[in-house]
Amino acid sequence: MKSKLNLDPKIIDSARSCAGRIAESMQQFIDRHTTVSTERTVLRLLGVDGVDDVETPLPNIVVDQIKDAGGLSRGVAYWMGNAMIQTGLSPQEIAEKIADGQLRITELDTVPPKEAEEKIMPVVLEALEKIKAQTAKREQYLSTIGEGKKPYLYVIVATGNIYEDVVQAQAAARQGADIIAVIRTTAQSLLDYVPYGPTTEGFGGTYATQENFRIMRKALDEVGEEVGRYIRLCNYSSGMCMPEIAAMGALERLDVMLNDALYGILFRDINMQRTLVDQYFSRVIIGYCGSMFNSGEDNYLTTDDAYEAAHTVLASQFINEQFAVLANIKEEQMGLGHAFEMDPDIENGFLYELSQAIMAREIFPKASLKYMPPTKFMTGNIFKGQIQDALFNLVAVWSGQSLQLLGMLTEAIHTPHMHDRYLSIENASYIFNNARSIGEEVEFKEGGIIQSRAQNVLAEADKLLHEIEEEGLFSTIEQGKFGGVKRPRDGGKGLEGVCVKDEDYFNPFIPIMMGGAK
Amino acid sequence: MTQTAIAKVDLKNVKPYGDTMNDGMMELAFTLPVPHGEEASEAAKILARKMGLDEPNVVYSKDMDSGFTFFVVYGKCQHTVDYTTIKVTKVEVDIMDRLECAQYIKDNIKRDVVIVGASTGTDAHTVGIDAIMNMKGFHGHFGLERYEGIEAINMGSQVPNEVLIEKAKEVGADAILVSQTVTQKDVHVQNLTNMVELLEAEGMRDKVILVCGGPRISHELAQELGYDAGFGAHTYAEHVASFVLTELVNRGRA
Repeated sequence: MKSKLNLDPKIIDSARSCAGRIAESMQQFIDRHTTVSTERTVLRLLGVDGVDDVETPLPNIVVDQIKDAGGLSRGVAYWMGNAMIQTGLSPQEIAEKIADGQLRITELDTVPPKEAEEKIMPVVLEALEKIKAQTAKREQYLSTIGEGKKPYLYVIVATGNIYEDVVQAQAAARQGADIIAVIRTTAQSLLDYVPYGPTTEGFGGTYATQENFRIMRKALDEVGEEVGRYIRLCNYSSGMCMPEIAAMGALERLDVMLNDALYGILFRDINMQRTLVDQYFSRVIIGYCGSMFNSGEDNYLTTDDAYEAAHTVLASQFINEQFAVLANIKEEQMGLGHAFEMDPDIENGFLYELSQAIMAREIFPKASLKYMPPTKFMTGNIFKGQIQDALFNLVAVWSGQSLQLLGMLTEAIHTPHMHDRYLSIENASYIFNNARSIGEEVEFKEGGIIQSRAQNVLAEADKLLHEIEEEGLFSTIEQGKFGGVKRPRDGGKGLEGVCVKDEDYFNPFIPIMMGGAK
Repeated sequence: MTQTAIAKVDLKNVKPYGDTMNDGMMELAFTLPVPHGEEASEAAKILARKMGLDEPNVVYSKDMDSGFTFFVVYGKCQHTVDYTTIKVTKVEVDIMDRLECAQYIKDNIKRDVVIVGASTGTDAHTVGIDAIMNMKGFHGHFGLERYEGIEAINMGSQVPNEVLIEKAKEVGADAILVSQTVTQKDVHVQNLTNMVELLEAEGMRDKVILVCGGPRISHELAQELGYDAGFGAHTYAEHVASFVLTELVNRGRA
């Protein structure tokens, strides 16, 4: 397809290969390390679940015991496989014994790593079968009841009570929503464990638990069958428990997972080493189970200026794409993020937004681009807000975005009321339908505002990527080049959960999920 | 006989204005948890009447599909307000711009003023605190980071009150700024109250200037909750800085 923006393919290639080298060099660091959350994910996939009498999840109890005994560098898969041989019990039974204080897993007699790996393999394959069954179920739904047209209408629910969320989510689906995201309760991203069971209390959102995932999945399947459209479920594989949520999401058929180490580093102050290692396993799982990840570049524009920092969004999209390639994620599963966040007072601001959105589409042609609505310049004037959201929707349909997080006219006032969601769906549906083919009809003036803007942003992004390659990603973040936020390499939360692997370490899931490629 | 072409406003009996003085016209939008239909519209009208609206008119109703109906309703407000007796507490301070603030610090405080801020509790929005504190500020009003003589520490969003207080202690903050942008079920009020209680328990309440801000915040609410000042919509870094600096001098803490 001819570039409408007259982008130079050589610069795109230059930026992409540079991002590839940046990701590759990070991957070398990632491959040498594991984390507590990565290991807890292995346990969850092996079927370890539940909590003790003070609500500590069993995966945490087991990993903490191994870590305290200095055994984490070997990986929990080894210790679990070994314990299965020594005790004849299942992983869940072993975890329960550990929680009861009856077993110290690192003090059992030990077998060579190969034997432990062989012992654990049937449990690994059983877990993968469960995930495959969920993936097949999604495919089956898509091939029978089908799905909405792109851009998918993506809305959030956030009542704090999963059962109330179900009411809101089903209503939203009936009004036309294609994707429902259940916003997590405040600060869950900073918990170094995943809460357990159905929950009915949360602030600004609802706890992400496996049971809550199951409840919402069932509700969306029901309403999807009723409206004749598969309704996708989204949650947050981000924060301190990235890979654990990815595993739970794979097991409960989440379709979209927010997943971005850079976001965690910049906006949640999570340690960069920890979260980059966590991100890798989470993306391997996401790639394997066929869901989509969403990266969080849009957030840079809430702290930095959308006009001036546009190239940082593109640079980060390139890096996120390359991290995803290393985790064997298909382009269609890459929900690279960006946002409509320019100051409405900028003259020709709409043209710049359009330019940026079309540029993202041209550079990442198959990606499931996630487009985020205006938030920073929403004022409480709901009438103007509805217009801002309309312009956002027009850019989206024009530039062929894939996932459209709908703007709410009441943004900056409160979490959405039921009719706010209805009004936003109506707004988007009207504009998408009315301007469906506008992108195919309109071309841009050579050397005009729209073309020049995209060319400049691309050139700036390419330059930034080369600087990052020179300096390394860690020091670039330390200098505050993304989102204008500075984070030290050894700062932030969760560094104590990072551990260098020993030579006998194995994670049985990664090679199989990667299709034996790695 | 003299007659003015249009009625003049009676400030002792103010009513909403649509297109004619004292027509009382108001518009409402809301959802009722009842199925769409004539009964639903009647329910909306009855409700509007109970709210004091004469001649309620359901101009739009929409089936929300799950036993809910959305309405847009117009009506004529029966009530009036005596505007002449209204008293509002406002932040009473002369507003200095960024350069005047810097000069004021040089002349009257003679040291760096330390201000710590965060969007606390459940609120994930940084837009408010960033507008006040970040270098760039908002709509051409530079943030506190750009003020000479002010050390501004922005801790971002979803910061627990305890962590903000801990930071304030660590850096010896002169003032703490608490931002609350988006609220659910009035959780911002509980959160703001909790902040005051924690500061009191720490014996720090009198030692810092405590300010809150956000679109849902008024100076009056802030004072009720035990804050020194509250800043609502359309206030910028210079308003907050002017208040904090003046207050520091007034309290003899320069």
